[in-house]
Amino acid sequence: MADEVRTASEKADFKRELTDVVPHLRAFARGLCGRPDMADDLVQETMLKAWAAQDRFEPGTSMRAWTFVILRNAYLTDMRRNRFRGEYDENVAERILTAPAGQEEPIHLSDMHRALLTLPPERREALLLVGAGGFSYEEAASICGCAVGTIKSRVGRARSALNSMMEDGDIPQRSVNDATAHRAILQELDMVAAGNGIASKD
Amino acid sequence: MTSDKNKKSEKGSESKKMTGEQQRPEWANGLRQLYDSVVEEPLPDSFKDLLAKLDKKS
Repeated sequence: MADEVRTASEKADFKRELTDVVPHLRAFARGLCGRPDMADDLVQETMLKAWAAQDRFEPGTSMRAWTFVILRNAYLTDMRRNRFRGEYDENVAERILTAPAGQEEPIHLSDMHRALLTLPPERREALLLVGAGGFSYEEAASICGCAVGTIKSRVGRARSALNSMMEDGDIPQRSVNDATAHRAILQELDMVAAGNGIASKD
Repeated sequence: MTSDKNKKSEKGSESKKMTGEQQRPEWANGLRQLYDSVVEEPLPDSFKDLLAKLDKKS
């Protein structure tokens, strides 16, 4: 259907927009999978897939949303092949985020990242899209191929989980590497991936 | 001392106003910071190489 041949200037536009969005793809991927090297592999895979599928991109629509769908699907596929384990990136700057009055230890950006990685993947991605990427609930729902209400509830659950971790200062060290937790994550991934093709058109 | 008290009550009413729209925990902007810190990183050469190669494909 969309077999119309793109003009050279349309191709150039696509290339420019794709280039502009790469830093955002890296940020989203880093939040999803934690390890910078794996995140960057994922982004490169995404760029190649986006380039190959460029005829399906509707000019004038959001390149960031379009490529996030591709990245997300690549991530889910790789996760199920067990390539990522949500490992924590030790190199996140030890930047102080907040210093709650009642607590002796301030909260660092690295704590935040670690806490984020302990969330189930579908809640993590929802929170990343809305809370970090600045997408509306509607946009996030379209990226994840689910209902707006589902995104709202995922973001809500993610927020309250982070809230209690941050407030209690009780941030799990590496629960994602725990075999049981990992199995649970993979099961949830199956649910997330079920029925979520690349199409965000419904 | 007295000025401290005044400040506190000012703050109190301000935060009351805020709660309607922005009832965000303190860590909430950390998510943005995490994201933005990656967005602002200089792009590694491998990405520039890949972008340069794309034109030759198809």
